[in-house]
Amino acid sequence: MKKKTEGTYRVPLFDRVFRPQTVVLSNGHTVQRPRSRMPLIAAGIVLMIWLSIQLTGFDLSIIARRGHQFTVILSKIFSPDIFNIQAGTFEKFGLAPENVNLLSVFDGRWWQALWYTMTNSFASNVFGPLWDTLRMSVLGSFIGATLALPIAVAASTNINRNRTTVLILRFLLNIVRTLPTLVIAKIFALIFGLGTFAGTMSILVFTLGVICKMMYESIETIDMGAFEAMESFGATKFQGFWSASMKQILPTYLSYCLYALEMNVRAASILGYVGAGGLGLLIDERIGWRDYNGLGTVLLMLFLLVVSIESLSRFLRKKLS
Amino acid sequence: MKEKNVSGMPRPLSIEETYNSRPRRWWLYTLVVFLVALLLAWAAGGVTFKGIATKGSEVARGIASGLTNPDWDLLLGRIKEDTTVTTVAGIRVSTEGVPYLLFQTIAIAFLGTIIGGILAIPFSFLASDRIVPKWIGWIFRLLILLIRTIPSLVWALVWIRVTGPNAFCGVVTQSVCSIGMISKMYMTAIEDLDVRILESLDASGCSAFQKIRYGVLPQIIPNFISTVIYRFDINMKDATTLGIVGAGGIGAPLIQCITSSRWSMVGAYLFGLILLMLVIEWLSTRIRNRLTRG
Repeated sequence: MKKKTEGTYRVPLFDRVFRPQTVVLSNGHTVQRPRSRMPLIAAGIVLMIWLSIQLTGFDLSIIARRGHQFTVILSKIFSPDIFNIQAGTFEKFGLAPENVNLLSVFDGRWWQALWYTMTNSFASNVFGPLWDTLRMSVLGSFIGATLALPIAVAASTNINRNRTTVLILRFLLNIVRTLPTLVIAKIFALIFGLGTFAGTMSILVFTLGVICKMMYESIETIDMGAFEAMESFGATKFQGFWSASMKQILPTYLSYCLYALEMNVRAASILGYVGAGGLGLLIDERIGWRDYNGLGTVLLMLFLLVVSIESLSRFLRKKLS
Repeated sequence: MKEKNVSGMPRPLSIEETYNSRPRRWWLYTLVVFLVALLLAWAAGGVTFKGIATKGSEVARGIASGLTNPDWDLLLGRIKEDTTVTTVAGIRVSTEGVPYLLFQTIAIAFLGTIIGGILAIPFSFLASDRIVPKWIGWIFRLLILLIRTIPSLVWALVWIRVTGPNAFCGVVTQSVCSIGMISKMYMTAIEDLDVRILESLDASGCSAFQKIRYGVLPQIIPNFISTVIYRFDINMKDATTLGIVGAGGIGAPLIQCITSSRWSMVGAYLFGLILLMLVIEWLSTRIRNRLTRG
């Protein structure tokens, strides 16, 4: 922490304001003990909390008064109507309702009844948008990740020695990354019209920003020996990178791509809120109609999709490393 | 053509021979490429390009012009006669101005992260198998997974029914959403706890309180703070998104301006947002680097 420049030690501002305590030891030496910075940091945090409460109108009594509303909604979400088996369904498949118990899962007719319920209830409307969400995130992630690789190479300081282009590229990438996905989606929905194409485009842009950042950081840590050897043979930068450095970064790159796909499935599920296709539209509609059981169904299916994509990607990433 | 040299040992392979005997797994590569192509074909089948909307080029041009000449009165939060004004900490500010909205966004993320960080402490201790019985740990880990999977937008839409559309809703939403990721990262810190230190403190006759003060806290606090700062970064981005559904902050006015094509206002909001995000990211990376270096 101490900054030493040419033998002179610059005392930090804090220690000049709050002078260090001088302690006399038993052998007569004196040592300087700097004052603790904790009180100052604590005061700063308390001040910020107070300001934040002023700015946000924080009021816990609202929760105390109306909190039960939340539990009502939550309990409805956790009883999705996918499990609301209508009266008469079991009889339709030759099952007596009073005999249905846990053991019925070994009975083919029980599964028929469940399938019937799923395909005839609200859940059947969820599949279309659910696949749309997956399509948007797969396509957007793939194109975004493919475009990200050359840009990341151009934005890493050890391959591209031109300082100005690196700085400009990184600045642009930073801007792309700071824009919230929903804002990008809204703009694309206005440009390309409502639907999955706008969603794909915004996933693409979002993926591009994230993967470029992670990739140029890891490209900068690679071993440059092989690349320099290739350059000394007279290989161009592209040839050198392709044959010497590609092998080194490929596993990292692929695992970042899978990670981005995971994030994108979650992100894509809300894009529909601004009209960019997918589950978001359905989520918005269900909440608008206060159909929280339906919302539960949508969320349950999203949950299953996210968990299966995540475990697949975790399995593949383990294979890669 | 294996020639034996003088010592009778096989001649070491030349570079060319080594290169030719490299492992070839072309069938695996073909399979992967085929599967990826199949997946992409399926995905591309559902995403159709219907051309640029009639208003499309106008929107693109509008955003470009908005970014090049933003509404400076809005960006600097100047008070004019027709602006709505509120008083925060004794200062009169315009509620539509960029500074007020940005500070509100920061405030939402700050309070949400702090409350989330505090609420995550019991969650993470109750979810780690080192402290509680296995089945309790399992229940709490499932709970954390559920909190993480429900998108924050949905949390916000549910909380709006309780608090009404205001910044307080954003705070509550972020407090709940943050629990998921923060307690997951806390759990890793708790699992990495070095218990040998506790044993040596025991051996030197420390009380339970002293063991926690000198054995546990110094190990986990830097980790916890670093996690909370990282989450603050994420919450800042999220707070803008939550604003879009009406949970306070800069999101709602930004989307309204985009919808109603007021491009110079869009430019002002985007300018403020980008600047703030860059500053916050830079600061949080600096603080976290300092924490890890000690």
